[in-house]
Amino acid sequence: MKLGSKHTTLLVLAVIIIVAPFFFPSSYYFRVGSLIFINGLAVTGIVILTGYAGQVSLGHAGFAGIGAYACALAPVYLGVHPGLALIIGALLSGAIAFLVGRPILRLKGYYLGVASLGFGILVAMLLTNEAQITGGPDGIRVADLGIRGLLREMGFRVKGSELWYVLTGICLLIGAWLALNLHDSPTGRALRALHGSEVAARTVGVDVARLKLQAFVISAVFASVSGSLLALQNRFITPEVAGFLHSVEMVTMAVLGGVGSVLGAIFGAAILTTLPQVLTVFAEYEYAVLGLVMMLVMIFLRDGLLPSLAKLIKGREQ
Amino acid sequence: MLEIKALKSAYGRIEVLHGIDLSVSSGEIVTVVGANGAGKTTLLKCLSGVQPVIGGSISFRGETMTHVPGHKRLKRGLAQSPEGRQIFTNLSVEENLRLGAFLFTDARVDQDMAEAFQMFPVLKEKRNLNAGGLSGGQQQMLAIARALMGRPACLLLDEPSMGLAPILVAQIFDVVKGLKALDVTVLLVEQNAFGALSIADRGYVMETGRVTISGSAKELIADPRIREAYLGH
Repeated sequence: MKLGSKHTTLLVLAVIIIVAPFFFPSSYYFRVGSLIFINGLAVTGIVILTGYAGQVSLGHAGFAGIGAYACALAPVYLGVHPGLALIIGALLSGAIAFLVGRPILRLKGYYLGVASLGFGILVAMLLTNEAQITGGPDGIRVADLGIRGLLREMGFRVKGSELWYVLTGICLLIGAWLALNLHDSPTGRALRALHGSEVAARTVGVDVARLKLQAFVISAVFASVSGSLLALQNRFITPEVAGFLHSVEMVTMAVLGGVGSVLGAIFGAAILTTLPQVLTVFAEYEYAVLGLVMMLVMIFLRDGLLPSLAKLIKGREQ
Repeated sequence: MLEIKALKSAYGRIEVLHGIDLSVSSGEIVTVVGANGAGKTTLLKCLSGVQPVIGGSISFRGETMTHVPGHKRLKRGLAQSPEGRQIFTNLSVEENLRLGAFLFTDARVDQDMAEAFQMFPVLKEKRNLNAGGLSGGQQQMLAIARALMGRPACLLLDEPSMGLAPILVAQIFDVVKGLKALDVTVLLVEQNAFGALSIADRGYVMETGRVTISGSAKELIADPRIREAYLGH
């Protein structure tokens, strides 16, 4: 199996999404599943920005925050449907990414990391401090998307957890499809080229600044939609969604799973979403073990879990 | 085709090019030779738009392009193969070539690629491999082939022989010489003065940011000062 190939990746993803529920002992697992898909969507955006274009962002949770709070606030203040609020959030995130990205994408490496980190913190502070509008650190209720009610009227009774499993699964598939299409398009090639060498990319006529900005905006929209879905599923959201930890989590998931491949990064999201649940057996040492696992993966499997495993299996076969 | 007049450039406050005059006519191979630190690479950087120009002018095909941004210069017909090869090591050979044709979406791209493979059969064999896995000589061929995919009128080559084994150096110079048949004008910057002058029509010698000697390649090869300083005779 070639990891990069588009159709294999989509097929594998679709099969896993469809087959997994047959092994779910309780509806709790549907919830974990949809959480994986939501994280997977954000991480797919990170793959475009970091895996393809080689730019680091430690502030992408800021965009997730914008998406989440758009779904919480737009229905209240603008009277729009929560579904439309998701789109408004995505557009707003894209626009803000466009404005913020321009100056900060001139920076490279850890300078860019720190600048983007600043942006994420700014959004989190804003959401925490403007308590009159956002509800402050205690969080805020989010309106019902209304799909379940609609289905009930049509005579279908579905559990909320199962519905969200399907919805987020579809969103992830669409996101992965978009990212994979981008990979092999001229734009995707140019992104991967400037990752390798900006000087050389410029010599073949690539507008490096514009392309980096494009990748930044696209990945911001992915993060925003992921934040929106989280808010709509939970029906409640706190400023933590925009927090520094969430930003780091996104990057960690992507790098752990393999930031160069969509499937790898989603795999990373799955691991880091489920591992804390599994590691509860270690009680208070849970996060210590998690940290240890992450260090070991980075030391021994630098390309990320999935690409390294694939290489290992390939090596055996030959 | 390419006209450089009184070109000055600086790194910070230190001027490194003190007024370079240089011209390349259509169909020529012109070489700039000189020792390390003479300013050859800075000159090329000015031409490719990476290095700011603080005085003088660059005109190409009759148009001023002194301050045209780097990524727009290829569109005007000026291609560059940068120093240290700078191929995209994380991409396949074919993807590298396709990137060379980034500006074009027409059917000629495939035709150009077929021609590139004809010119460099070894690249065809390795078209699906990562370019990072190529040998130094193959990478240099890929860099030149990639630059040609941009359909340039003029190609700037920065030290194509750098770090290559002698037999490969000869091969690369043959390739450069062959560009004449493709109607590509070449400005070749080289430390390997003998190799460069033996395929060029004309040459310029640079020393510490100035052109000190210029003339036809034959004259330069015979010039005792150059034989002394650069050719080791």
